[in-house]
Amino acid sequence: MKITEDSPSALTALDRPNSYIGRSVPRPNMARLMQGRAQFVSDVTLPRMAHAAFVRSPHAHAKIKSIDSSAAKQAPGVVAVVTGAELSKVITPWVGVLTHLKGLKSAPQHAIAVDRACWAGEAVCAVVARSRAEAEDACELVQIEYEELIAVTDAETALDAKTLVIHPELGDNLTFERVHTAGNPEQGFKAADAVVETTFVFGRHTGVTNEPRAIVADWNAGDQRMTVYQGTQAPHMMQNLFAKHLGLQEHQVRVLTKDVGGSFGIKVHTYADEMAIVALSKLLKRPVKFVADRIESFVTDIHARDHRVKARIGVKNDGTITAWEIDDLTGIGPYSVYPRTSGIEANQVVNLTGGPYTCPNYKARARVVFLNKNVMCQYRAVGHPIATAVTEGLVELAAAKIGMDPLELRRRNLIADDAHPSQGPSGIKFEALSHHAALAHLDSMMNYAGLRAEQAALRQKGIYRGIGFASFVEVTNPSAAFYGVGGAKISAQDGATVRLDATGAVFCHIGVTEQGQGAEAVTAQCVASAFGVPIERVRVIMGDTDNTPYGGGTWASRAAGIGGEAAWQAGKALRQNVVAIAGSILQAKPDTLDIRNGVVVDRDTGKERIGLDEVARIAYFRPDTLPTGVQAELVATRHYVPRAWAFSFTNGIQASYLEVDTDSGFVKLLNHWCVEDCGTVINPQLVDEQIRGGVVQGLGAALFEQCVYDDRGQLLNGNMADYLVPMAMEMPDIECAHVVTPTADSELGAKGAGEAGTAGAPGCVMNAINDALRPLGAAALTDMPFTPGKILRALGKV
Amino acid sequence: MSEHRCDIKLTVNGETISETVEARTTLVDFLREALSLTGSHVGCEHGVCGACTVRVDGVIVRGCLMLAAQCDGAKVETIEGVSDAGEIADLQAAFERRNALQCGFCTPGMLLTAQELLRGGGVPSRDKIREQISGNYCRCTGYQAIVDAIEAVAQERAEAKR
Amino acid sequence: MKPAPFAYAKARSLDHAIELLGRDEARLLAGGQSLMATLNMRLSAPKLLIDLNGVAALGGIAVKDGTIEIGALTRHIEAERSADIAKHAPLIALAMPHIGHPAIRNRGTLGGSLAFADPAAELPACLLALNGELEIAGPKGKRTVKAEDFFKGLFETALGPQDVLTAIRVPAATKDTRVGFAEFARRHGDYAMVGLAAAARADGKGLAGLRLAYFGVGATPVRAKKAEAALANGHVDDAVTALASDLDPSADVQADGATKRHLAGVLLRRVAKQLMEPRA
Ligand SMILES: Cc1cc2nc3c(=O)[nH]c(=O)nc-3n(C[C@H](O)[C@H](O)[C@H](O)COP(=O)(O)OP(=O)(O)OC[C@H]3O[C@@H](n4cnc5c(N)ncnc54)[C@H](O)[C@@H]3O)c2cc1C
Ligand code: FES
Ligand code: FES
Repeated sequence: MKITEDSPSALTALDRPNSYIGRSVPRPNMARLMQGRAQFVSDVTLPRMAHAAFVRSPHAHAKIKSIDSSAAKQAPGVVAVVTGAELSKVITPWVGVLTHLKGLKSAPQHAIAVDRACWAGEAVCAVVARSRAEAEDACELVQIEYEELIAVTDAETALDAKTLVIHPELGDNLTFERVHTAGNPEQGFKAADAVVETTFVFGRHTGVTNEPRAIVADWNAGDQRMTVYQGTQAPHMMQNLFAKHLGLQEHQVRVLTKDVGGSFGIKVHTYADEMAIVALSKLLKRPVKFVADRIESFVTDIHARDHRVKARIGVKNDGTITAWEIDDLTGIGPYSVYPRTSGIEANQVVNLTGGPYTCPNYKARARVVFLNKNVMCQYRAVGHPIATAVTEGLVELAAAKIGMDPLELRRRNLIADDAHPSQGPSGIKFEALSHHAALAHLDSMMNYAGLRAEQAALRQKGIYRGIGFASFVEVTNPSAAFYGVGGAKISAQDGATVRLDATGAVFCHIGVTEQGQGAEAVTAQCVASAFGVPIERVRVIMGDTDNTPYGGGTWASRAAGIGGEAAWQAGKALRQNVVAIAGSILQAKPDTLDIRNGVVVDRDTGKERIGLDEVARIAYFRPDTLPTGVQAELVATRHYVPRAWAFSFTNGIQASYLEVDTDSGFVKLLNHWCVEDCGTVINPQLVDEQIRGGVVQGLGAALFEQCVYDDRGQLLNGNMADYLVPMAMEMPDIECAHVVTPTADSELGAKGAGEAGTAGAPGCVMNAINDALRPLGAAALTDMPFTPGKILRALGKV
Repeated sequence: MSEHRCDIKLTVNGETISETVEARTTLVDFLREALSLTGSHVGCEHGVCGACTVRVDGVIVRGCLMLAAQCDGAKVETIEGVSDAGEIADLQAAFERRNALQCGFCTPGMLLTAQELLRGGGVPSRDKIREQISGNYCRCTGYQAIVDAIEAVAQERAEAKR
Repeated sequence: MKPAPFAYAKARSLDHAIELLGRDEARLLAGGQSLMATLNMRLSAPKLLIDLNGVAALGGIAVKDGTIEIGALTRHIEAERSADIAKHAPLIALAMPHIGHPAIRNRGTLGGSLAFADPAAELPACLLALNGELEIAGPKGKRTVKAEDFFKGLFETALGPQDVLTAIRVPAATKDTRVGFAEFARRHGDYAMVGLAAAARADGKGLAGLRLAYFGVGATPVRAKKAEAALANGHVDDAVTALASDLDPSADVQADGATKRHLAGVLLRRVAKQLMEPRA
């Protein structure tokens, strides 16, 4: 951590008495969550509030021939029944494109389908009633006549000439294509002693946040203001979009976000349903609430992954990787999701594949195609689990092919720790990474040699255990290069305002948001440390577009690295303001003073001079006693945005140890390790728990999770009994450790840590399963999730 | 009282409540909507996630799989009541120390489920703890911290007894 | 996801329940652990729900004349903890921990599970393996149906529209009784992909009266009769081979038919081992 000398402190951030940097302080919001006194959006009730439910298309693709809502309108409790055509008079459609993803195209999407439904689950009519139950009762009475159209459901054939084009005006079903060649892949493959080629398949996932999406929209026709309570990760982004499509000024929209029951990227997008709710509130001039039930969550929460990647690696007998090649195909929904688009995931796969390694010869193609399935968009670790599994799967298959230990092959190819700044094969720029240090740490932490010996001994007894690894890089702290340059009004910067109140406590208003990651705690830590007060005195206010500085919110592992830095700088600035006033009260030079433990002290001796409460009392209530011309400024605001690097890349390596029951194909996860480098660790416990939660999400991908569609575009397992999320009994304990390479772009030096776990775990488990089964001559498994059936097939038992 | 609406009298967190409910109202919706006890959450409404866990007559149940009408004469306890009674203060403290919650949506259900095991006494194995919470979904934590916290409280309580 | 409207009535007695069942589209409510989910999802929409909870005649566990009788309203948790069931119906005791999770078992009932007849549920197969019988009360009085004849099809049983399942009876275990139970479920407490409940009598030479009841492989629990014959003679490999003609599992979301068939063989080997060992 590099601290620029500010005035006036003799202490670094780490040795200040109130330094909370690097300490596992508990989060301030936990008590209310544990006592059932939180306020999730699903808990919000307002006077005159009505409830909405949607009639959803049962068909994946159908013309809406007629809608007869007369019976529904008569049903008890019904306030309104509104069709897509009617609602389109209140809210305009949108198109999810970004200009920096060249060629990305999509069609206008309406809040409620007009004329045509394009996936099974798309809303075709809304009912607003006194209660959700009555709204659902009336939904059953809405008569809709459909004419079923051919559903395009197979990405492999979506671009065939004979396949129906979902949006004829776009010409074809290609949403986005990126082709990238770097170095000399052809020569690289020629120089290889061995080439491994295979196809990786990734299941379609969804986030299954424990609290479903929820929104209460309250249009006050008197104030001409829309207040939206929404479980969103990005309140300012939503403020902008609600205003834009309702034809309001941004200041007419306030988005409030208090407690959010999980997000993981699911709650950072613009959903047609939510757009419909704000429009319905405007139309009906009363609060309207919508909480997606679990069944509709499965068909409307964004899906993700669902990639098929044909991939090749060339390697020399000495282990040198000579070339990479990937061909990625992904089938999204009928629309690119607004405003972040459904092209980012494939773009990330191209960016990240081969990322940890020195081999520069790389050829990639990614195609994104429209399908008549639920929409797809960014979900925790966007593209990383795919790129990492492809890269690391290739690396371990290559190691097996040339008979080299998989860690040794990595040692020979990972970018050296002292070679930075450097870049990946796709041209992504790395400021400073620590692959080798992380690998060395992992090796000893897991006792690799010992595990290999145990594995060999157990094989003699017919017990098949596997060890798998995944090195990775993770995109964090995105600059404007992520979205802003593509024309989306998504803030890359974040601001923090800190204010000393009249009793000496500190309020911090900040643009990042909290969904459990701990942004609130990290913000308080940064403010308390920088300003010089016990953390209990800091109150953090988030999630209110009327009252927080403009900011991007919490996604792409940016809250601590960007929000934390803004809070840190604001805390420092307030310290400067406060010692200035204290100086004038004490008739001392401000630069001889400091704030420690909530007291203004002599900077050099630490002698207590005046309490913050006393400074505040004078400044607020007896300013008349201050010298003429001295005005106390007990508020300070600072903003931060990463500038030097497009992204602050982190790195790390994971390992999985598991046992495959070769009779049944069941996998038991025994241990999991993760060593990662997120730069300065502001709160070790929070970082570790982000890693653990993320790993488990990745383990779900490896073993359990998949949205199963039939060829008519029907989701077959859209409920929690059939879509298998990871539960406690099947999950292992996870050991975490850190290498610390701070980013020089900020003073704190913190990078993000929210997605590393999810990025590495699936590939790691894949490699471990293949490691376990290799002595049995099983075909390599590369098709996630690895169900017992697939494992038995690989073993030739089924 | 028509059969579509039922008069019920029950105690909720020790308080006597008399209400008329629609027959179809689930217990968790009744608690959340009629009584504004929003600490019991709704995550799936088909019995799988455990977010709606409450205690009825001393044992944990899924609040989404029981009707309010069935609770006539019952003793219902929710996270709010159990918290205020101080019954799980140690468990809550352990959850806080161990950061065993992130978004906190699963937490009320987790706490009540864990407490049922802990009330049995002894120090259960980690596997037993995992089994106890096997029907409580947490998307955020990965479960380990929750298991750690429950285990720590089991040990504390066992120590205190000795 | 809220249920469609219905009326609710609490049955005061068994007769009262049967009387109420005479009304249009009435449905019994026991533990609610299956029914409530289908109501919430509007997969079913009865007009009247008749709550059996509190009907004392449906509870209780009794052992007499070599038979153990378990009331339909016995909750999973009671069965799991019952010393009588552990002793006299050890197969049921083995199966209980596999059913759902603690909060589910606190409410769910044995009768509800049997009446619901989920093809992947444990208890129907146990009852079939134990050659148990079900006591049913209807407008015309009581009757008894063998487990063999009770499970008719997918979620379909011998219960008529006005019938109440009142109790189950299985022969009480003796010292020669051998039971085995195993299942494969993707996650702990999930309905099984494939499961096997088995019961037999050790007669000194082999396994007499062996009954192998699979679940998760068809519309109802399925006896593997050819495998029974082979295993009774101690031929495990032949028994596994025989499954090919005994079972014809169809695919579901978790597994295809071939996988289920293979897993059925794996279970057979595991359960065979349990059957060979004397009971502790
Ligand atoms: C998350 C979860 C996991 C589960 N996992 C499993 C599992 O692994 N294995 C398993 O077997 N079950 C499982 N279950 C289901 C559970 O065992 C249910 O308790 C059981 O299937 C139904 O019993 P019930 O008493 O709850 O019946 P209810 O839900 O009340 O009723 C079910 C049906 O039976 C009828 N019925 C009930 N009692 C009678 C009666 N006495 N006479 C006539 N008809 C009657 C009802 O009308 C209804 O149609 C699970 C449930 C959940 C929510
Ligand atoms: S809401 Fe009741 S179990 Fe999910
Ligand atoms: S803490 Fe978010 S679901 Fe458990």
